[in-house]
Amino acid sequence: SPPSAPVPRHRIPQIPLNPARASRASPAMAAAILRRLSPAAAQRAPPRLLPPTLARGVSDSTEPLTVETSVPFTSHIVDPPSRDVSTTPRELAAAFRDMALMRRAEIAADSLYKAKLIRGFCHLYDGQEAVAVGMEAAITRRDAIITAYRDHCLYLARGGDLVAAFAELMGRVDGCSRGKGGSMHFYKKDANFYGGHGIVGAQVPLGCGLAFAQRYRKEGTVTFDLYGDGAANQGQLFEALNMAALWKLPVILVCENNHYGMGTAEWKASKSPAYYKRGDYVPGLKVDGMDFLAVKQACKFAKEHVLENGPIILEMDTYRYHGHSMSDPGSTYRTRDEIAGIRQERDPIERVRKLLLTHDLATAQELKDMEKEIRKEVDTAIAKAKESPMPDTSELFKNVYVNDCGLESFGVDRKVVRTVLP
Amino acid sequence: ITVRDALNSALDEEMSADPSVFLMGEEVGEYQGAYKITKGLLDKYGPDRVLDTPITEAGFTGIGVGAAYQGLRPVIEFMTFNFSMQAIDHIINSAAKSNYMSAGQINVPIVFRGPNGAAAGVGAQHSQCYAAWFAHVPGLKVLAPYSSEDARGLLKAAIRDPDPVVFLENELLYGESFPVSDEVLDSSFALPIGKAKIEREGKDVTITAFSKMVGYALQAAEILSKEGISAEVINLRSIRPLDRAAINASVRKTNRLVTLEEGFPQHGVGAEICMSVVEESFEYLDAPIERIAGADVPMPYAANLERLAVPQIEDIVRAARRACYRALPMTATA
Repeated sequence: SPPSAPVPRHRIPQIPLNPARASRASPAMAAAILRRLSPAAAQRAPPRLLPPTLARGVSDSTEPLTVETSVPFTSHIVDPPSRDVSTTPRELAAAFRDMALMRRAEIAADSLYKAKLIRGFCHLYDGQEAVAVGMEAAITRRDAIITAYRDHCLYLARGGDLVAAFAELMGRVDGCSRGKGGSMHFYKKDANFYGGHGIVGAQVPLGCGLAFAQRYRKEGTVTFDLYGDGAANQGQLFEALNMAALWKLPVILVCENNHYGMGTAEWKASKSPAYYKRGDYVPGLKVDGMDFLAVKQACKFAKEHVLENGPIILEMDTYRYHGHSMSDPGSTYRTRDEIAGIRQERDPIERVRKLLLTHDLATAQELKDMEKEIRKEVDTAIAKAKESPMPDTSELFKNVYVNDCGLESFGVDRKVVRTVLP
Repeated sequence: ITVRDALNSALDEEMSADPSVFLMGEEVGEYQGAYKITKGLLDKYGPDRVLDTPITEAGFTGIGVGAAYQGLRPVIEFMTFNFSMQAIDHIINSAAKSNYMSAGQINVPIVFRGPNGAAAGVGAQHSQCYAAWFAHVPGLKVLAPYSSEDARGLLKAAIRDPDPVVFLENELLYGESFPVSDEVLDSSFALPIGKAKIEREGKDVTITAFSKMVGYALQAAEILSKEGISAEVINLRSIRPLDRAAINASVRKTNRLVTLEEGFPQHGVGAEICMSVVEESFEYLDAPIERIAGADVPMPYAANLERLAVPQIEDIVRAARRACYRALPMTATA
């Protein structure tokens, strides 16, 4: 069946930071904003990370506020941005909400996996939320994002629907890939989120290709191309980076360095684990990936940089609390003390909670209530996702091609199952 | 016109008609193309649309697929398909499967083209035929032109197609000239994907072939006709989707089949055709299906050994005779 008509690029307006999160915006207003974004999006309910009414009490002000990042930026062949980051109470509250939602969603996915409702691979992002949320705070939905298989939270950050995410994980037809992708293959093209890739490192040249198209069409947008410390040694990364630098592609390579490539510590895999320097002739910045504001500052800086100068590498120093995937307890190659230590000292949600409390933008109870509501929201989404049916058998043969040209396809026993592709 | 000019004109016209079509590959621009297929296109369309890449297949194939995710229409050239193995992960996992895994959100309107199969004396690493490998994968379309008409029509169709297409040319055919009608020369001309062509009608035995082997099959058919065997030659044109309907219709008419290909025999195109006919037209077969393929060895360099490794016309004739239960050549009877 033909895909829905592609959104004409020149008609997508520049949108401000996630308007659906504006705390006084009603769902109707959010829907109206999204209708301008894309006709397809308007047909769905506006993606809400949280009901807007929860913001009452927590400061909603847009008064600027300057906060210092945890550590200054370290840079390679470029002048780093300032560690003083401009933000607003509204932005900090939104970041807290979004990160808390992602945290809760990933923990819920853990339970679903153990209950065998999620099958196969499931790679969880808890601990790394600041990278996804900080990035979104610095860019627009016209900029593109691509990542590997630890993609649930990137999908949500791009405005992905919580129910669709859980339905996809459980292989139901209301999933964002109609149950045909699974955990590693979430996409949201109308928000310029290109997945969702299972082959380590493959997404890096693909992301450079996204940036190629952006430059070809002179869109003035950029691509954030995410990969891990494990993928950082892939040859194709250097091949693509070389071409990106030659052709000045507006691509930002973001190394989410959680220090372990599956079970291999970075110093065992990389002769040089200074990933921000690995671009050699390409500038790089090392960023505290557990600090939402540092991530936002770095991404804002990077976007401006690449539009003028070609690629840059951002190394996000981050950490995952879970193992590599649900099959990995995560403790055979690292100590529980290390994990607990990071949670104690560097947790991204706790950092923003502290900021909100110290600057008197919310009370501890208000934030706890917010988290309780988030938990309920996630539980409701899971319940709704569980109601979604498995895909119909006819889905097996759908989307193999766009232009099926009356092609035949076969099931396991072609004397029994044989069809003309839809 | 020559196959080379047919391909060049097809690229030129499609680039002219659609500004999102661009070329990428090694030496496609300033060098005018390693085999001169892209001659003149850099001058005409500029370096933003005809990109010379470094020798980094995995990198530029990935970049091409990423650009296609965003809706551009890249034509990626592999200097030969032997080098596609460096990039095969992107062809299969990033391109072929994307539309399915994303349930239709991300389609990949890309063409991977270049010479495939044996050339002359280029040795084992430069002579493999990849038709069977790529045709194995659902989500890809695999085309193999023979004549100039095929080259023009199929390349235009491939570029216009919203799915990833592997376009297998043949270096030794580039210089061959074929008559073409005015319809073929028109810029809107395109051939349908998935339809084979009956190059020569016959009634005694069907010979299926693609690419360079079509020419060999036609020559074999000429020899066979002098012996009273009327061979029907099918130019497959499309390896995936395979035109099973045309193949089976032909076999139901002739009752005998010889499959012909240049590539390695095991798990080859002929094996699939044989199975398709056994499944659908078993009762119509009057003889076991014959298979002519490249020898089951890496391609040797020495000229006499190379000759033994690639199908020759006498091999095709012999197989057709066997299918007709005629071990020895016979003169035609009135």
